[in-house]
Amino acid sequence: MTSEEIGKIVDEVVAPWENKDGNLIMILHQIQNRFSYVPREISFAVAKRLHIPLARIYEVITFYHYFKLEAPGKNIISVCLGTACYLKGSPELIAALKKQLGVNPGETTPDKQFHVQVVRCLGCCGLAPVLTVGQKVYGRVTPQQIPDIVAEYSPERAAQRN
Amino acid sequence: MNPVTHEDLSKIKEETNSKAGKNWISVGLSTCGIAAGAQDTFFALKNEARTRKIPFEVRRTGCAGLCAEEPLVAVAVEDMPLVTYGKLTKDKVGRLFDEHILGKKVLNDLTVKTQDSKQMRIVLRNCGEIDPENIRDYIARGGYLALAKVLKEYKPEKVNEEMKVSGLRGRGGAGFPTGIKWEITRKVEADQKYIICNGDEGDPGAYMDRGVLEGDPHSVIEGLTIGGYGIGATRGFFYIRAEYPLAIERVEKALKQAYQYGLLGKNILGSGFSFDVEIRLGAGAFVCGEETALIASIEGKRGYPHPRPPYPSIKGLWGKPTCINNVETLANIPVIFLKGGKWFAGIGYEKSKGTKVFALTGKVKKSGLVEVPMGTTLREIVFDIGGGAAKGKKVKAIQTGGPSGGVIPREHFDTPVSYENLQMLGSIMGSGGMIVMDEDDSMVDIAKFYLGFCVDESCGKCAPCRIGGKQMLGYLEKITEGRGTPEDLDKLRTISYAMQKASLCGLGQTAPNPVLSTLRYFENEYKEKMAR
Repeated sequence: MTSEEIGKIVDEVVAPWENKDGNLIMILHQIQNRFSYVPREISFAVAKRLHIPLARIYEVITFYHYFKLEAPGKNIISVCLGTACYLKGSPELIAALKKQLGVNPGETTPDKQFHVQVVRCLGCCGLAPVLTVGQKVYGRVTPQQIPDIVAEYSPERAAQRN
Repeated sequence: MNPVTHEDLSKIKEETNSKAGKNWISVGLSTCGIAAGAQDTFFALKNEARTRKIPFEVRRTGCAGLCAEEPLVAVAVEDMPLVTYGKLTKDKVGRLFDEHILGKKVLNDLTVKTQDSKQMRIVLRNCGEIDPENIRDYIARGGYLALAKVLKEYKPEKVNEEMKVSGLRGRGGAGFPTGIKWEITRKVEADQKYIICNGDEGDPGAYMDRGVLEGDPHSVIEGLTIGGYGIGATRGFFYIRAEYPLAIERVEKALKQAYQYGLLGKNILGSGFSFDVEIRLGAGAFVCGEETALIASIEGKRGYPHPRPPYPSIKGLWGKPTCINNVETLANIPVIFLKGGKWFAGIGYEKSKGTKVFALTGKVKKSGLVEVPMGTTLREIVFDIGGGAAKGKKVKAIQTGGPSGGVIPREHFDTPVSYENLQMLGSIMGSGGMIVMDEDDSMVDIAKFYLGFCVDESCGKCAPCRIGGKQMLGYLEKITEGRGTPEDLDKLRTISYAMQKASLCGLGQTAPNPVLSTLRYFENEYKEKMAR
């Protein structure tokens, strides 16, 4: 990103929250919504714009699970590890994903196609166990379904869709 | 549009009700419904009505609570009783039109029972009934009339008084009387006060608040506004967890409409009372459900809790008196003012008044949101409403209160639900998660699961929680790996008591509960895993 592009983005994310008390978390949400993570150069520019130390931004990012410091890969697979999902077998889904993609929760595949993470309750306990790929929710998932779900998002399949 | 008046509200109510058609279909479009394919069903129904040129209104509603039966579709045909269908996926839409709408014959194989004599709906009164994105639907069911009544007839003192009469206690878990909380905040003199709706539903396995925010956001806004008036706050906040995008979207829309109708903003309903509300998002931190941590988070900081006192009622958000109420608590408020505190106090059991919503999940046949009067027994909830365990399995225990709660074995299932009773059994009411476990579930694993959660979520500010939790987890791992000794159980108990006594906030103080309660009822399971 050029410094001009960064400046424009920072203006856009800060504008709705300018001069509002406690705006930092809301600004970070907007940045993460755009990039799926909070890029370092944007943090630098936001610190300058808000006249706060960079450390103020990083202390918040690192405290909250939701904010990421690195690009998480193209498709984010979130396995729910709420209690209902845990009881109904989400640990087996994590194992199946590891087998399929070779990564543990919190890691991204080397080709940057998939990022696997665990989340604490998506609130769909009636459909346990649940996982999401991006915004799409899959309910009552079995480990046997994992290869098919992953295949839906493979680059080849994505190319076919386009 | 011009701000509405008290009379306008009644007019909108009548108008909307009289205009309501006799032929309509509603689809439950909340997160769980959408996950089960309700959005596809919704579009398929619209398409079908259009292509067949049948003038049928297809509506959106929130979650009716029968999560196991999603997608849920209710069908009203003139001169036929209202029928609700479960698991109505898009492939069944054609059949629905052929047989029910044209043939006037109910599809008996797909109907589900929505009425349940054991349940009583106060909080969920509108969920699954109205379009949560249409304020007129809410007004048509008496929405905002409680606010109008309060602003016209009640002084703030009387609002507090009525709340105390109702006996409503906080539904976030601790059960502090709401009327007293409001009164304390009202009595503090300050140039600015705040009221916050705590929608940071962090208990993994609970989604009562999501159901209400997605299905009936205006009831919470109305409750928050009445609370603001009662304590003298002119600003309110919704703090909602970021994991609930649909709830956030629906609350955003509802706030916008409330402003358009003049039910928020300056001089509400001509009363001279002004109230502004905005949304702030959580960012995935369980500790932020604790009120002092939540305040730090709204201030844009790390969600570190602070020692209390001073309580937020005295010194809260930006140092000002602040009242924090849970979503379910606030959804009760409009009904209390419409029907009276006395009416509300007549429902329930001993010192627990009104109803409680539970997210009944886990190894139970009919999982979903259930709302029962306090005093209903656990057996009635798990078996009569939930249908018990799956075929061939036996229910072993339930867990309430999430990571801060405990397990209750089946021999105690005849206990009536109340704050005090659940505490006596070593668990807590909590926010309403109720997880059913069967014989396949190991209690030691469950304890380890919850403790692992608390260790992950500990903010690290105080040593008892940060270090104690980690140490306990170490012992549990040792035991589950078959290397445990009987002394380890003593160590677990000792650390537990230290954490309960010395932790800074509720997270650390209650984190040992799942371990202590499983030790209390299922010590044999720990012993079976010991090294021989």
